[in-house]
Amino acid sequence: MSIWEYANPKKFITTTERVMPVLWAAAAVCIVGGLIWGFFFTGDEVRQGATVKIIYLHVPTAMLAINIWVMMLVTSLVWLVRRHHVSALAARAAAPIGMVMTLIALATGAIWGQPTWGTWWVWDPRLTSFLILFLFYLGYMALWEAIDDADTAADLTSFLCLVGSVFALLSRYAVNFWNQGLHQGASIMRVGAVIGTDTEEKVNNIYFYPLMLCILGFVLLFVALLFYRTGTEIRARRIKALLARERVMA
Amino acid sequence: MSLRISDLCIARGGIPVLEGLSFALEPGQALILRGPNGSGKTTLLRTIAGLQPPVSGTIEGAEDMIAYAGHSDGIKPTLTVSENLDFWAQVFGTEGIAAAIEAFDLDILRDRPAGELSAGQKRRLGLSRMLVTGRPIWVLDEPTVSLDAKSVMMFAEAVRAHLGQGGSALIATHIDLGLDSAVLEVGPFKAKLPAIDDFDGAFL
Amino acid sequence: MIALLMRDLRLAMRAGGGFGLGLAFFLIVTVMVPLSVGPQAALLGSIAPGVLWLGALLACLLSLDRLLALDWEDGSLDLLATAPLPLEAAVSVKALAHWITTGLPLVLAAPVLGVLLNLPVPGFKWVMISLLLGTPALSVIGTFGAALTVGLKRGGLLMSLLVMPLYMPTLIFGAEVARRGAIGMDIQTPLLMLAGISAASIALLPFASAAVLRINLR
Repeated sequence: MSIWEYANPKKFITTTERVMPVLWAAAAVCIVGGLIWGFFFTGDEVRQGATVKIIYLHVPTAMLAINIWVMMLVTSLVWLVRRHHVSALAARAAAPIGMVMTLIALATGAIWGQPTWGTWWVWDPRLTSFLILFLFYLGYMALWEAIDDADTAADLTSFLCLVGSVFALLSRYAVNFWNQGLHQGASIMRVGAVIGTDTEEKVNNIYFYPLMLCILGFVLLFVALLFYRTGTEIRARRIKALLARERVMA
Repeated sequence: MSLRISDLCIARGGIPVLEGLSFALEPGQALILRGPNGSGKTTLLRTIAGLQPPVSGTIEGAEDMIAYAGHSDGIKPTLTVSENLDFWAQVFGTEGIAAAIEAFDLDILRDRPAGELSAGQKRRLGLSRMLVTGRPIWVLDEPTVSLDAKSVMMFAEAVRAHLGQGGSALIATHIDLGLDSAVLEVGPFKAKLPAIDDFDGAFL
Repeated sequence: MIALLMRDLRLAMRAGGGFGLGLAFFLIVTVMVPLSVGPQAALLGSIAPGVLWLGALLACLLSLDRLLALDWEDGSLDLLATAPLPLEAAVSVKALAHWITTGLPLVLAAPVLGVLLNLPVPGFKWVMISLLLGTPALSVIGTFGAALTVGLKRGGLLMSLLVMPLYMPTLIFGAEVARRGAIGMDIQTPLLMLAGISAASIALLPFASAAVLRINLR
């Protein structure tokens, strides 16, 4: 039983359709449960009050925003090396999800930043790199849309993802350096400081477990969305192929 | 020196167009490709020239042997005729463009910017490029488009001379060049589409 | 390779080749800046390094669509791909020709435009050095973008969308060198990073550009 069996579109669709109801339900339970637990059954933070609770949306989406790009990089490589269409289509299907996650992370960050720092936006390295990541998602999706031939589009976007990843990483370091130069080590609100990962008393921190539940929920949601969208992409690709056949037959 | 094609299958836009093609082209031989528009002649020539990979099958003896001329001539309008030819001679590492100029009667056009040439004159310039490449196998796609009768004779003469020197030529054309050459009708090699319910790995 | 370089340079110099257009664009962008932000000398002086870098970057970007598209349209790329010259070398040479006709004039013009923007005196040296180190990277990265979009009918806008995120690290370090140099700060780290990005781009990106071009040619 090799993982590559799922590179067969038919097998992929039948398998994912079987697990998808479970995924949707589990994602809903985790997210709703985590949010209710987090919003109503944990106390306010000493300095920030109730504002801190936006981490239940902010942290999971921010984590996904980055990891979805990494997943696209992996599936792009798989396409370039093994030429499995499902892999390329999964990368295509993941991009809009990643873009929306980046957008949510940016928006919740701004909403959080307003009461905490007194401003909607600062050119903090972290915020800036998310904005740059958002632009990379935009470019990647635009290139997919622009090219007619499906295999050419898959090849070109894979190369863009590959080269883009290197430059995105470079941008991350560049931006770190760039702002440090202005604000002499501006002390930003570290997520780790809030959820307790930075400190010894991680286990005691009341925000930790609901947050973990939310993160799990969002990951499950992403997987469900990814399966759903990849299935759609496979069918769209199939329709395109059938239409092309008809033209040839005619 | 000889070009060997065996059991070649080629695709355009992901759809197989020709399959089961096998032939060999020996030095001194010419092969004329015929077939209706859209039958895959251009795709076949581009595949043999190495511009796109075949779906399956092998092409032997093509590496660094082929001079390809497609529908566009790659002529720069702001360069003169001789500058255009000189460039390709340098790229292919050959010396002298005199033979090419003479064979296609381009001498009086030598110093004219290529942008001022007529369509037929441009085509002659494009074809004369084959002579400066120094490559033994010519792969030509509809070479006689926009040529007048006299220029077609000129071209046929150039091909004949090339064959005489041990070169070979693969030409997709509809007109009779008066060459003593074999004809390959690509129609019978039209690819059959894979069965419709064949929903594994590939899409078409 | 030299033949290709000479041909591209010659084409750029001839009528309609577009030589000098990038330079003129650079000039006009720089002139627009004081018109939009106001003529205060202190303000202009502090933003001058960034403005010069952004202007140079945009001038490079706008001249990219001619880099491969013309050769694509007239079939030269097909012929080059079947020529003995490896495609990797061909795209490197085309990037070099782009740099000579666009990047180098920008480097040389930058000090003159610096005067218009009231650039502090120590900044002149560092603006020129940073542009000299950074513009080759802009040309090579741009060639990759041009190769990605060469087969598209109206790829210009899309290419800008694809290339600009790739330009970000170069811009950040390049402008940082110029800005720090202008106010007399230590420039070693960004300068080394800028040089590193340029060197790595020149060495590695032509392989990606050639691979992408082959995909587009089939």
